[in-house]
Amino acid sequence: MAHASHAVTQDVMLPPADAETGAGVYTSKLGMWMFLLSEVMFFTALIGSYLILRFSKPDAWAAPGQVLNIPVTAVNTFILICSSVTMVKAYAAAADGNQKGLKLWLVATVLIGATFVGVQVYEYIHLIEKHFTPSAGLYGSTFYTMTGFHGFHVSMGVICMMFVTMRAFQGKYTQADHRGVEVIGLYWHFVDLVWILLFTIVYLI
Amino acid sequence: MEQAHKSHPNYIAVFIGLAVLTVIELGVAFLPWHKSILILLLVFLAMWKALMVALYFMHLKFETKRLRIMVAAPLPLAVILVVAVIQEFR
Repeated sequence: MAHASHAVTQDVMLPPADAETGAGVYTSKLGMWMFLLSEVMFFTALIGSYLILRFSKPDAWAAPGQVLNIPVTAVNTFILICSSVTMVKAYAAAADGNQKGLKLWLVATVLIGATFVGVQVYEYIHLIEKHFTPSAGLYGSTFYTMTGFHGFHVSMGVICMMFVTMRAFQGKYTQADHRGVEVIGLYWHFVDLVWILLFTIVYLI
Repeated sequence: MEQAHKSHPNYIAVFIGLAVLTVIELGVAFLPWHKSILILLLVFLAMWKALMVALYFMHLKFETKRLRIMVAAPLPLAVILVVAVIQEFR
Protein backbone atom coordinates (compact mmCIF):
# COMPACT_ATOMS: atom_id res chain seq x y z
CA MET A 1 0.00 0.00 0.00
CA ALA A 2 2.80 2.35 0.97
CA HIS A 3 4.52 1.45 -2.28
CA ALA A 4 1.40 2.26 -4.33
CA SER A 5 0.99 5.64 -2.63
CA HIS A 6 4.63 6.47 -3.38
CA ALA A 7 4.13 5.54 -7.03
CA VAL A 8 1.13 7.90 -7.33
CA THR A 9 3.07 10.77 -5.74
CA GLN A 10 5.93 10.19 -8.15
CA ASP A 11 3.65 10.21 -11.19
CA VAL A 12 1.93 13.43 -10.20
CA MET A 13 4.81 15.46 -8.87
CA LEU A 14 7.79 14.70 -11.06
CA PRO A 15 8.30 16.93 -14.09
CA PRO A 16 7.88 15.09 -17.41
CA ALA A 17 10.90 13.48 -18.97
CA ASP A 18 12.52 15.34 -21.88
CA ALA A 19 10.94 12.94 -24.35
CA GLU A 20 7.48 13.97 -23.11
CA THR A 21 7.90 17.72 -23.65
CA GLY A 22 6.23 18.93 -26.82
CA ALA A 23 8.64 19.06 -29.77
CA GLY A 24 11.60 19.20 -27.38
CA VAL A 25 10.95 22.79 -26.26
CA TYR A 26 9.57 24.20 -23.03
CA THR A 27 5.81 24.56 -22.70
CA SER A 28 5.37 28.34 -22.99
CA LYS A 29 7.54 28.45 -26.11
CA LEU A 30 5.57 25.58 -27.64
CA GLY A 31 2.36 27.41 -26.72
CA MET A 32 3.56 30.59 -28.42
CA TRP A 33 4.53 28.67 -31.55
CA MET A 34 1.07 27.03 -31.60
CA PHE A 35 -0.53 30.48 -31.31
CA LEU A 36 1.70 31.83 -34.08
CA LEU A 37 0.75 28.93 -36.36
CA SER A 38 -2.92 29.83 -35.86
CA GLU A 39 -1.91 33.41 -36.72
CA VAL A 40 -0.34 32.14 -39.95
CA MET A 41 -3.78 30.84 -40.96
CA PHE A 42 -5.44 34.09 -39.85
CA PHE A 43 -3.17 36.27 -41.97
CA THR A 44 -3.35 33.76 -44.83
CA ALA A 45 -7.12 34.25 -44.87
CA LEU A 46 -6.63 38.04 -45.02
CA ILE A 47 -3.85 37.99 -47.62
CA GLY A 48 -5.61 35.27 -49.65
CA SER A 49 -8.88 37.23 -49.74
CA TYR A 50 -6.94 40.35 -50.74
CA LEU A 51 -5.19 38.58 -53.61
CA ILE A 52 -8.43 37.08 -54.90
CA LEU A 53 -10.20 40.46 -54.83
CA ARG A 54 -7.19 42.25 -56.29
CA PHE A 55 -6.84 39.92 -59.26
CA SER A 56 -10.57 39.64 -59.93
CA LYS A 57 -11.05 43.44 -59.88
CA PRO A 58 -7.65 44.97 -60.76
CA ASP A 59 -9.20 48.32 -61.75
CA ALA A 60 -10.31 48.99 -58.17
CA TRP A 61 -6.66 49.52 -57.14
CA ALA A 62 -4.50 52.55 -57.85
CA ALA A 63 -0.92 52.15 -59.08
CA PRO A 64 1.73 51.79 -56.32
CA GLY A 65 2.55 55.17 -54.76
CA GLN A 66 -0.46 56.97 -56.24
CA VAL A 67 -2.57 56.92 -53.06
CA LEU A 68 -0.33 55.31 -50.44
CA ASN A 69 2.83 57.03 -49.29
CA ILE A 70 5.60 54.51 -50.07
CA PRO A 71 8.61 56.54 -48.74
CA VAL A 72 6.96 57.03 -45.30
CA THR A 73 5.97 53.35 -45.12
CA ALA A 74 9.43 52.23 -46.25
CA VAL A 75 10.89 54.20 -43.33
CA ASN A 76 8.29 52.61 -41.05
CA THR A 77 9.26 49.15 -42.35
CA PHE A 78 12.87 49.98 -41.53
CA ILE A 79 11.75 51.09 -38.04
CA LEU A 80 10.01 47.75 -37.44
CA ILE A 81 13.08 45.82 -38.64
CA CYS A 82 15.17 47.90 -36.19
CA SER A 83 12.78 46.90 -33.38
CA SER A 84 13.30 43.22 -34.26
CA VAL A 85 17.05 43.73 -33.91
CA THR A 86 16.70 45.45 -30.52
CA MET A 87 14.39 42.60 -29.42
CA VAL A 88 16.84 39.89 -30.41
CA LYS A 89 19.65 41.87 -28.75
CA ALA A 90 17.55 41.92 -25.54
CA TYR A 91 17.23 38.13 -25.77
CA ALA A 92 20.99 37.76 -26.35
CA ALA A 93 21.71 40.06 -23.38
CA ALA A 94 19.41 37.95 -21.16
CA ALA A 95 21.08 34.73 -22.33
CA ASP A 96 24.49 36.24 -21.55
CA GLY A 97 23.34 37.40 -18.08
CA ASN A 98 23.75 41.05 -19.10
CA GLN A 99 20.95 42.68 -17.07
CA LYS A 100 21.81 46.24 -18.11
CA GLY A 101 21.75 45.30 -21.79
CA LEU A 102 18.47 43.41 -21.35
CA LYS A 103 16.72 46.46 -19.89
CA LEU A 104 18.24 48.85 -22.43
CA TRP A 105 17.27 46.78 -25.49
CA LEU A 106 13.76 46.08 -24.14
CA VAL A 107 13.13 49.81 -23.56
CA ALA A 108 14.44 50.50 -27.08
CA THR A 109 12.06 47.86 -28.50
CA VAL A 110 9.05 49.37 -26.71
CA LEU A 111 9.93 52.87 -27.95
CA ILE A 112 10.60 51.79 -31.54
CA GLY A 113 7.46 49.62 -31.60
CA ALA A 114 5.38 52.55 -30.34
CA THR A 115 6.98 54.76 -33.02
CA PHE A 116 5.82 52.30 -35.71
CA VAL A 117 2.24 52.52 -34.42
CA GLY A 118 2.54 56.34 -34.26
CA VAL A 119 3.68 56.55 -37.89
CA GLN A 120 0.80 54.26 -38.92
CA VAL A 121 -1.70 56.53 -37.15
CA TYR A 122 -0.10 59.55 -38.91
CA GLU A 123 -0.47 57.72 -42.24
CA TYR A 124 -4.14 56.90 -41.53
CA ILE A 125 -4.90 60.55 -40.62
CA HIS A 126 -3.37 61.79 -43.89
CA LEU A 127 -5.15 59.14 -45.96
CA ILE A 128 -8.51 59.93 -44.37
CA GLU A 129 -7.91 63.65 -45.04
CA LYS A 130 -7.46 62.67 -48.69
CA HIS A 131 -10.85 60.85 -48.47
CA PHE A 132 -9.22 57.42 -48.67
CA THR A 133 -11.41 55.82 -46.00
CA PRO A 134 -12.32 52.20 -45.15
CA SER A 135 -15.51 52.71 -47.16
CA ALA A 136 -13.60 53.87 -50.26
CA GLY A 137 -14.32 50.70 -52.23
CA LEU A 138 -12.37 47.45 -52.26
CA TYR A 139 -9.01 49.24 -52.15
CA GLY A 140 -9.85 51.18 -48.98
CA SER A 141 -11.57 48.35 -47.13
CA THR A 142 -8.85 45.77 -47.82
CA PHE A 143 -6.08 48.27 -47.02
CA TYR A 144 -7.53 49.24 -43.63
CA THR A 145 -8.48 45.65 -42.74
CA MET A 146 -5.00 44.27 -43.38
CA THR A 147 -2.90 47.12 -42.01
CA GLY A 148 -5.40 47.66 -39.18
CA PHE A 149 -5.20 44.05 -37.97
CA HIS A 150 -1.43 44.21 -38.22
CA GLY A 151 -1.33 47.51 -36.32
CA PHE A 152 -3.55 45.95 -33.64
CA HIS A 153 -1.04 43.10 -33.30
CA VAL A 154 1.85 45.55 -32.98
CA SER A 155 -0.07 47.58 -30.37
CA MET A 156 -0.77 44.44 -28.32
CA GLY A 157 2.92 43.52 -28.70
CA VAL A 158 3.97 46.92 -27.35
CA ILE A 159 1.66 46.49 -24.32
CA CYS A 160 3.00 42.98 -23.62
CA MET A 161 6.56 44.22 -24.14
CA MET A 162 5.97 46.97 -21.56
CA PHE A 163 4.93 44.25 -19.09
CA VAL A 164 8.05 42.19 -19.88
CA THR A 165 10.23 45.33 -19.57
CA MET A 166 8.69 46.06 -16.16
CA ARG A 167 9.50 42.50 -15.05
CA ALA A 168 13.04 42.88 -16.40
CA PHE A 169 13.50 45.96 -14.20
CA GLN A 170 12.32 43.85 -11.24
CA GLY A 171 15.09 41.36 -12.02
CA LYS A 172 12.69 38.54 -12.97
CA TYR A 173 14.78 37.31 -15.90
CA THR A 174 18.08 35.59 -15.23
CA GLN A 175 20.72 33.96 -17.37
CA ALA A 176 19.29 30.57 -16.31
CA ASP A 177 15.64 31.43 -16.93
CA HIS A 178 14.60 34.16 -19.40
CA ARG A 179 11.73 32.33 -21.07
CA GLY A 180 9.44 35.37 -20.95
CA VAL A 181 11.88 37.39 -23.07
CA GLU A 182 12.22 34.63 -25.66
CA VAL A 183 8.46 34.02 -25.90
CA ILE A 184 7.53 37.71 -26.39
CA GLY A 185 10.43 37.92 -28.84
CA LEU A 186 8.90 35.16 -30.97
CA TYR A 187 5.62 37.12 -31.16
CA TRP A 188 7.42 40.35 -31.98
CA HIS A 189 9.48 38.84 -34.80
CA PHE A 190 6.36 37.17 -36.22
CA VAL A 191 4.64 40.57 -36.37
CA ASP A 192 7.72 41.95 -38.17
CA LEU A 193 7.66 39.00 -40.58
CA VAL A 194 3.98 39.61 -41.42
CA TRP A 195 4.70 43.30 -42.07
CA ILE A 196 7.51 42.38 -44.49
CA LEU A 197 4.92 40.45 -46.54
CA LEU A 198 2.19 43.10 -46.17
CA PHE A 199 4.52 45.92 -47.23
CA THR A 200 5.22 44.12 -50.51
CA ILE A 201 1.65 42.98 -51.15
CA VAL A 202 -0.23 46.12 -50.12
CA TYR A 203 2.21 48.92 -51.00
CA LEU A 204 4.63 47.76 -53.68
CA ILE A 205 2.56 45.50 -55.94
CA MET B 1 16.12 26.98 -20.41
CA GLU B 2 16.76 23.78 -22.24
CA GLN B 3 19.69 25.25 -24.12
CA ALA B 4 22.40 27.74 -23.23
CA HIS B 5 23.37 30.08 -26.06
CA LYS B 6 27.09 30.61 -25.63
CA SER B 7 27.46 32.29 -29.00
CA HIS B 8 24.79 34.16 -30.93
CA PRO B 9 24.30 34.52 -34.66
CA ASN B 10 25.54 37.80 -36.12
CA TYR B 11 22.27 39.72 -35.70
CA ILE B 12 23.72 42.95 -37.07
CA ALA B 13 24.67 41.17 -40.32
CA VAL B 14 21.07 39.90 -40.59
CA PHE B 15 19.81 43.44 -39.94
CA ILE B 16 22.06 44.87 -42.68
CA GLY B 17 20.84 42.12 -45.02
CA LEU B 18 17.20 43.01 -44.29
CA ALA B 19 17.87 46.74 -44.77
CA VAL B 20 19.67 46.16 -48.09
CA LEU B 21 16.86 43.88 -49.35
CA THR B 22 14.29 46.57 -48.41
CA VAL B 23 16.21 49.17 -50.47
CA ILE B 24 16.40 46.69 -53.39
CA GLU B 25 12.62 46.14 -53.09
CA LEU B 26 12.00 49.87 -53.37
CA GLY B 27 14.21 50.04 -56.45
CA VAL B 28 12.57 47.02 -58.08
CA ALA B 29 9.01 48.30 -57.43
CA PHE B 30 9.54 51.26 -59.78
CA LEU B 31 11.41 49.51 -62.60
CA PRO B 32 9.70 49.90 -65.99
CA TRP B 33 9.39 46.12 -66.39
CA HIS B 34 6.38 43.91 -67.03
CA LYS B 35 4.06 43.78 -64.01
CA SER B 36 4.22 39.97 -63.62
CA ILE B 37 8.05 40.02 -63.53
CA LEU B 38 7.97 42.77 -60.90
CA ILE B 39 5.47 40.80 -58.80
CA LEU B 40 7.61 37.65 -58.98
CA LEU B 41 10.75 39.57 -58.00
CA LEU B 42 9.05 41.45 -55.14
CA VAL B 43 7.44 38.30 -53.73
CA PHE B 44 10.80 36.51 -53.92
CA LEU B 45 12.53 39.36 -52.04
CA ALA B 46 9.76 39.48 -49.39
CA MET B 47 9.97 35.69 -48.87
CA TRP B 48 13.75 35.94 -48.56
CA LYS B 49 13.42 38.64 -45.87
CA ALA B 50 10.70 36.68 -44.03
CA LEU B 51 12.87 33.56 -44.07
CA MET B 52 15.82 35.50 -42.60
CA VAL B 53 13.63 36.75 -39.75
CA ALA B 54 12.26 33.25 -39.06
CA LEU B 55 15.63 31.48 -39.24
CA TYR B 56 17.81 33.93 -37.32
CA PHE B 57 15.61 36.23 -35.20
CA MET B 58 13.10 33.49 -34.30
CA HIS B 59 15.98 31.00 -34.04
CA LEU B 60 14.23 28.37 -36.18
CA LYS B 61 17.60 27.45 -37.67
CA PHE B 62 18.76 26.36 -34.22
CA GLU B 63 15.55 24.68 -33.03
CA THR B 64 14.80 20.96 -32.87
CA LYS B 65 13.80 19.17 -36.05
CA ARG B 66 10.40 18.35 -34.54
CA LEU B 67 9.60 22.02 -33.95
CA ARG B 68 10.75 22.97 -37.45
CA ILE B 69 8.48 20.32 -38.99
CA MET B 70 5.60 21.57 -36.85
CA VAL B 71 6.16 25.17 -37.98
CA ALA B 72 6.35 24.11 -41.64
CA ALA B 73 3.12 22.07 -41.37
CA PRO B 74 0.56 24.89 -41.87
CA LEU B 75 2.40 26.41 -44.84
CA PRO B 76 1.05 23.87 -47.41
CA LEU B 77 -2.38 24.30 -45.77
CA ALA B 78 -2.11 28.06 -46.30
CA VAL B 79 -1.30 27.54 -49.98
CA ILE B 80 -4.19 25.04 -50.35
CA LEU B 81 -6.58 27.55 -48.71
CA VAL B 82 -5.68 30.34 -51.15
CA VAL B 83 -5.59 28.11 -54.25
CA ALA B 84 -8.93 26.48 -53.35
CA VAL B 85 -10.66 29.83 -52.86
CA ILE B 86 -9.18 31.23 -56.09
CA GLN B 87 -10.76 28.28 -57.97
CA GLU B 88 -14.17 29.33 -56.60
CA PHE B 89 -13.75 32.83 -58.03
CA ARG B 90 -12.52 31.82 -61.49
